[in-house]
Amino acid sequence: MASEPVILEMRSITKEFPGVKALDRVSLVVKAGEIHSICGENGAGKSTLMKVLSGVYPHGTYRGDIVFLGHESRFKDIGSSEAAGIVIIHQELALIPELSITENIFLGNEPRRFGVIDWVQAKKRALDLLARVGLEDDPDTQIKNIGVGKQQLVEIAKALNKSVKLLILDEPTAALNEADSQHLLDLILGLKGRGIASIMISHKLNEIEQISDSITILRDGKTIETLDVKADGVDEDRIIRGMVGRTLENRFPDRNAEIGEVFFEVKNWTVQHPLTAERMVVKNSSFIVRRGEVVGFAGLMGAGRTELAMSLFGRSYGTFISGQVFKDGKEIQLRNVTEAISHGLGYVSEDRKALGLNLLDDIQDSVVSAKLSKITKLSVIDKVEEHRVAESYRKSLRIKAPRVSEGVNKLSGGNQQKVVLAKWMFTDPDLLILDEPTRGIDVGAKTEIYGIIRDLAASGKGIILISSELPELLGVSDRIYTIFEGAITNNLTADEANPESLLRSMTSAKKKVDS
Amino acid sequence: MSATPEAPEKAGFRLRDLGKMFGGAQGTGRQVGILAALVVIVIFFQITTSGLTLNPTNLINLVNQNAYVLILAIGMVMVIIAGHIDLSVGSVAAFVGIVVATAMVSWHFPPLLAFVLGIALGAAIGAWQGWWVAYIGVPAFIVTLAGMLIFRGANQFFGNSNTVTVPDSFTFIGGGSIPDFGPNTNYSNGTLILGALVIVALVWQEFRQRRTQTLMGAEPAPLWVSIVKILVLVLVAGGATYLFATGRIGTSYPVSGIILGVLVLIYSFITRNTTFGRHIYAVGGNWHAAELSGVKIKRINFFVMMNMSVLASVAGMVGVARAGASGPGDGTGWELDAIAAVFIGGAAVAGGIGTVVGSIVGGLVIAILNNGLQLLGVSNDRVQIIKGLVLLLAVGVDVYSKRQGRPSLIGMFARGPKSTSGGDTPPSAPIDRPSVAPTGESAEASSRPQSTTPNA
Repeated sequence: MASEPVILEMRSITKEFPGVKALDRVSLVVKAGEIHSICGENGAGKSTLMKVLSGVYPHGTYRGDIVFLGHESRFKDIGSSEAAGIVIIHQELALIPELSITENIFLGNEPRRFGVIDWVQAKKRALDLLARVGLEDDPDTQIKNIGVGKQQLVEIAKALNKSVKLLILDEPTAALNEADSQHLLDLILGLKGRGIASIMISHKLNEIEQISDSITILRDGKTIETLDVKADGVDEDRIIRGMVGRTLENRFPDRNAEIGEVFFEVKNWTVQHPLTAERMVVKNSSFIVRRGEVVGFAGLMGAGRTELAMSLFGRSYGTFISGQVFKDGKEIQLRNVTEAISHGLGYVSEDRKALGLNLLDDIQDSVVSAKLSKITKLSVIDKVEEHRVAESYRKSLRIKAPRVSEGVNKLSGGNQQKVVLAKWMFTDPDLLILDEPTRGIDVGAKTEIYGIIRDLAASGKGIILISSELPELLGVSDRIYTIFEGAITNNLTADEANPESLLRSMTSAKKKVDS
Repeated sequence: MSATPEAPEKAGFRLRDLGKMFGGAQGTGRQVGILAALVVIVIFFQITTSGLTLNPTNLINLVNQNAYVLILAIGMVMVIIAGHIDLSVGSVAAFVGIVVATAMVSWHFPPLLAFVLGIALGAAIGAWQGWWVAYIGVPAFIVTLAGMLIFRGANQFFGNSNTVTVPDSFTFIGGGSIPDFGPNTNYSNGTLILGALVIVALVWQEFRQRRTQTLMGAEPAPLWVSIVKILVLVLVAGGATYLFATGRIGTSYPVSGIILGVLVLIYSFITRNTTFGRHIYAVGGNWHAAELSGVKIKRINFFVMMNMSVLASVAGMVGVARAGASGPGDGTGWELDAIAAVFIGGAAVAGGIGTVVGSIVGGLVIAILNNGLQLLGVSNDRVQIIKGLVLLLAVGVDVYSKRQGRPSLIGMFARGPKSTSGGDTPPSAPIDRPSVAPTGESAEASSRPQSTTPNA
């Protein structure tokens, strides 16, 4: 082990949310001038740990100690952690698009003379900072006019201005292309040369392997191990082994569906990012779904799974570039949501509160909302029928509510999700796309939802299951596609798939298999 | 439902049942509260004006003076439910008014044809504004602020800022009342028949609602509630009929009030029972979710804005008919009265919540307040101050009580955004608990920007 002094020690951090233990006695030791990566599956507790460290969750809301530069630190907000020299750069950048680079760098920290902002001074310092991060743009440029990669550099310049000692980067390259990613990684290495330590959270194991000095692996809110990259000879497989290692509990229903013929086929689907023209979020993707089959889609955050699903579902996302969709051997057009629904597609969105439900509605309004025509005559709603339909779903899906006139905002997450499922089951789809259907709901409700998915498959429907939880994908799917950076990289049957093989295909483009 | 409903609390009297009396489908607690406020205000003025408020002549005036604002409130509540606003209605009403008046006077249009022309003009104006809002995506606030200027100017340009007097045959829809006929009963026979029809309709409606609730398997409110409700309504309707029928010889229930009543019935039905109505609530409540459910949100926004201008044209013509002339200053400030009525009537600024009937009640509160204060001889400056404070108070109390996690104003009557049918105990589920536990990664969720065009 290197004998560098320790600059940060987090001891036995425990953080609980109502009903969930997000962190359970997690420890982390970062040495001066090192790049320390934190790895773990989605939900392992990485972001929560960083929020504790940066004061987003203030002292007192967690248990355990933070020792930074030899002092026990009790940050009460982000401001106090920044004052101590810890700066966090979130995945979603905290820049204001309408302001210039200079204005953003000094936002909340403006150099002043006699109470008036000294813009000359600010600009001089901005130029200096930009040179240090290797950005040559005019500091008067508005943020919205530079790409995401450069915006990331502005964030780092902003951090340097705060005389950062420990930089935390949360998924810094998730939105960047390869060249920008490399530039950013080089910059982080450069900062290391100047004695600035970094903590990096990333799903891209190749990058972690490339630049990290040590790696701490979290799983289910616990510290699993800390690896010294050089001394231990760590490679991607070693990291994956640490991240997985979870036993699959027996909480998945039997695969009872009879898998029929191929009825839904997508060919060479390509979609462009809605704002950035040169960025393809879905690249040339082709896949098939059979009747009665649950097809899993595995990929990292931002890999393009949701984008693929939403762009298929009536072009709800991005700019359609090319591709064909066939159903029962015939090509179909899905130019808007109405067309998609009438062709028998349903989409249960990832974010049920923002995209799935009108929280002002009650259960019965929500259940019928995607196919009102089934209960209307001459566009007049048959409220008795509406009630009957909603009531039957309330019983069959065991939605826990005293009556269907209950507002959906009063339901728990699991029950809200069942309402969304009922809404799409009511449209009687042939292909139901489920995007993170169990996100944020408790284990009991999850198991019930797996049961519903299996029953739907058994009734001959095709199911696309997008999930970040590998055990869920492995436990429910009949077949799994992996996506990496917008492209389908692998196609595995339930028997072939295991956490290691999935993670490998989810984190790199190699082993490309024609699907 | 079970054949023997367990006798719910023998004593029978529960405040929630009272709430059910007037908190119909999609009724908010605030509406019940504001209805109570209306009753209190009426009683207050009836006493302080020593009976002048509920006097036939005054009531007829009240309806005539306020019918057009209430007609505007019907359209405005739909616009506000969809998450928009319309500032142009006063100017649109004035512009349609001058065109219709000119059509009759200069072009010799018969009144009926002129009326149809007015509606068509309103539809055209509405299509223009709706197109900007729905298909170009300019916020309705801006589109209708422009419309307010454009159509005010158009009114004065078209009429050379002159006042055009309309023929007597046209004033029927604004100042007329049900003509007298039949045997001499010392009452207005037409009003009596109308009153009888309304009472029959109220009774029928109540029993129909009970039957629907039973069909849904929900337990309807106890029978005594329905009977008391019917008694109260019959008393109010009967009393009003009596008052309207016993006015000066030759007066009776005003025609503008009939137009208003018919529009309220039609639009209540549309907003509550049709696909279009449901879609308006969906767009206002969460347009992302609505779009992903196949709602054509642009089309909904277009028609909501268009409908508003059509109703503004009706209001404009009723206003011209009442005044007997169309002038350059017609309709000034009408938009604000209509908007105030809608918000006092329980609509939400953010959209998604509101009802036609609630807005009418809200409009009546302002109307009675105006009228009563004038009867008391309060000068106009102070009337405005009081109206402003009432608007602020009505919405403020509601917002405050909601933030305290308590049910909305006079929440002991009814609760929730939509307390509908049956129902016994209030739900035990905690309301404020976030139903998605923040498990670390939730904040990490993809930073995917929304694709669709914001129309809100």
